[in-house]
Amino acid sequence: MAFLQKFLIRTLYAVILLAAVLVLNFSMMHLAPGDVADTISQSMGGADEEVLAQIRADYGLDQPFLVQLGRYMGNVLQFNLGYSFFYNAPVTDLILDRLPATLLLVFTAQILALGIGVVLGVISARRPNGIASHFVTMLALFGYSAPVFWTGILLLIAFSLKIQWFPVAGMRDVTIEGGFFTHALDVARHLVLPVITLGSLFLALYSRLARATMMEVLGSDYVRTAKAKGLTEREVVYKHALKNSLSPVITLAGLQFSAVISGAVLVEAVFSWPGLGTLAFQSIIARDTPTILGILFFSALVVIAGNLLTDLALRLVDPRVGGKR
Amino acid sequence: MRNLFKGLMTATALASMMASTALAEEPKQGGTLVTVLGTNVRNLNSAVQSGIVTGFPGAQLFASPLRYDEDWTPQPYLAESWEVSEDGLKVTLNLVKNAKFHDGTPLTSKDVAFSVEVIKANHPFKAMFAPVTSVDTPDDYTAVLNLSQPHPALMLAMSGQLMSIIPQHIYGDVPVDEVKTHPRNNENVVGSGPFKLAEFVNGQHVILERFDDFFIEGRPYLDKIVMRIIPDPAARAIAYENGEVHMGAFELLPRIVNRLKKVENLTVTPEGYGAVGPLDWLAMNTQRGPLKDVRVRKAIAYAVDKNFILKALMQGTAVESRTGIHPDSPFYKADVEAYEVDLDKANALLDEAGYPMEGDSRFSLTIDFGWADVKPQTEYVKAALKKVGIDVEVRASADFPTWAKRMGEMDFDMSWDSVFNWGDPVIGVQRTYISSNIGKGVWSNTQGYSNERVDELLEMAAVETDSDKRKALYDEFQTIIADELPVYHINALPYHTVYSDKVGNPPLGIWGTSTPIDMTYLKD
Repeated sequence: MAFLQKFLIRTLYAVILLAAVLVLNFSMMHLAPGDVADTISQSMGGADEEVLAQIRADYGLDQPFLVQLGRYMGNVLQFNLGYSFFYNAPVTDLILDRLPATLLLVFTAQILALGIGVVLGVISARRPNGIASHFVTMLALFGYSAPVFWTGILLLIAFSLKIQWFPVAGMRDVTIEGGFFTHALDVARHLVLPVITLGSLFLALYSRLARATMMEVLGSDYVRTAKAKGLTEREVVYKHALKNSLSPVITLAGLQFSAVISGAVLVEAVFSWPGLGTLAFQSIIARDTPTILGILFFSALVVIAGNLLTDLALRLVDPRVGGKR
Repeated sequence: MRNLFKGLMTATALASMMASTALAEEPKQGGTLVTVLGTNVRNLNSAVQSGIVTGFPGAQLFASPLRYDEDWTPQPYLAESWEVSEDGLKVTLNLVKNAKFHDGTPLTSKDVAFSVEVIKANHPFKAMFAPVTSVDTPDDYTAVLNLSQPHPALMLAMSGQLMSIIPQHIYGDVPVDEVKTHPRNNENVVGSGPFKLAEFVNGQHVILERFDDFFIEGRPYLDKIVMRIIPDPAARAIAYENGEVHMGAFELLPRIVNRLKKVENLTVTPEGYGAVGPLDWLAMNTQRGPLKDVRVRKAIAYAVDKNFILKALMQGTAVESRTGIHPDSPFYKADVEAYEVDLDKANALLDEAGYPMEGDSRFSLTIDFGWADVKPQTEYVKAALKKVGIDVEVRASADFPTWAKRMGEMDFDMSWDSVFNWGDPVIGVQRTYISSNIGKGVWSNTQGYSNERVDELLEMAAVETDSDKRKALYDEFQTIIADELPVYHINALPYHTVYSDKVGNPPLGIWGTSTPIDMTYLKD
């Protein structure tokens, strides 16, 4: 019963949060001068007043603010995210078309960064003043402070232009013919540079955090006890200390996952990766309100789902979380 | 150029023969040309969506009645010949008899009449077909456009991407004014152009395939065109350089253009932009404050050093422009007041206008810009005008719509602006200077400029069928606006087409990539 009640309350909060996200953003977009009719006319090389008025009438932009908001919210209640004025396509289709590309990029980057980051963190925590530790620290600082568009362009110049190992842009080469395997390999080739660019940012976070928590755990009483029992260093570190130091890292990963779209915007822009980040960026420039709101709605959903998943993962590594209180 | 319009009254078979013998090398059949688009495509149907991005795929998918050669002479395309009546009120198009749409249906005069209706109802350039009152279709291969007044601009408006003939049997199932949101604008598109749509993935690519039943025998040469969508100019540059992309147009960042010029195997050329006619200028609101006085506007022109902009900011990639007509156009008049930088003259003019120097300043103005690329220009204007005692504040806009709104409502003193000619002066030039178009949204007469003689000249030129007389009218018009400066013209936008040595006969005519590239081929 208590669980059901908790679940219902959380769902209610989520719905309120989603509604607030939409109403606030809709209002903010409306406050800015100009609208999508201007960007449509820009894409057409200019249009006279009559055409602009016609575009506004076609998309209901000539209606009062509250009418527009009411219509939009009404549609969302029916799970209809509306129609993109700029792309002439249903927003849901646009988002679902772009989602796989972003998920592929962000998941690959996250998982690699998490795995490598934890390993590097543990290595440097075991000998905090060793050469390896300093090297990891430098790598992390570099990864964190270098802007992704700069890293991206630099990687492009190095590995697409000087040594032509990887393609410049996009997710696949449409001139390639072949079976599933050929295409998968082609996508993988396109994925390498964006993943390194995005991953280096995450890697910095994870390796620093893993190092810090690991050092803290290694100094605690139960580790000393384990050592006193005569366990080998390896057993102490990987069996006892690692599990206990993981929960902050997982929390961080969950939070980062929530930033799926925001984190990918710049990387996607540099590599013309056909994902949600690029779509968000272009819709903001085009002032395409339905698409922007659709993406925000979707991001809010992802954040909520991400938080729930993080909770679950924490329960798995740390039985104390979510226990009877 | 002589008697352009009247010369069209006879068929131009001879000219078309000359055009095809101009090819020095034997073109090769086959191959996939990989090209690039700088932004996502909003709509592939060029009958309802203009603009440089749709123009490229649009002109491959849909054919138009005419095409133009490099010398601004119209050539037969869907219309094998055409006649203009003596009074200029009837234009008869004799269509080729073997044109088919990509679905196999023959193209007839009914489709031409339908397309004119759709374009009139949806296309943003109302001036193109405004005088067309009706289209008669006496038989399947004859279309007669009836005009309310002579309309020489119609010739250019029937070429390039401006008059795409779309099939009535596909797009006729909705009211004409709803064709702009027709689902077939982006999927399963059917035209009669040299290439048909194979795949369009929003944000990724457009793939076109050779249309085997194209009405010109033996064309197109290419089997396939892949248009990749790469918005980042730096990434595009690398793609040209490493050979991933064979050809691209509308590159304009000076440092990238200059870098690509040094790359072996690549040609970078400013040819092919005369009809699109992109211009960069300093707009001045002639209805506000000190700018009402023509002497102040002239002083500003004398104080702003165009050479600095051309050499330092555009790094030599752009050419100067002095009037509202693109320098490549046959109507361009270079012999007008050029305002060589002269600070003494500027100061004298400002004194004379009644704005004496007090301390180190006379008055203050604002300058706007709508996109980040041109911010350096506005910063330069600020520095240049400081020297003659005008304090300029650079006003940034959050995004394009914010700036467009300011311009449309004439809520600005000065602004950097880029405006395109789009073929005939009636379509893209007149709108900036004629007083009936004051303050009607962005890229209208946002300067609030009004001069009776200019209005008269523009109206006369719009209906003048004798091309010499027409040129004389536009000459006088250009002299007046260069003298009165509603805008200070700076340069033609430095658009460049980039292509690799593998590309034979790239599209460098007046419409650039907004024309069918049925004669472009890939070398071995």
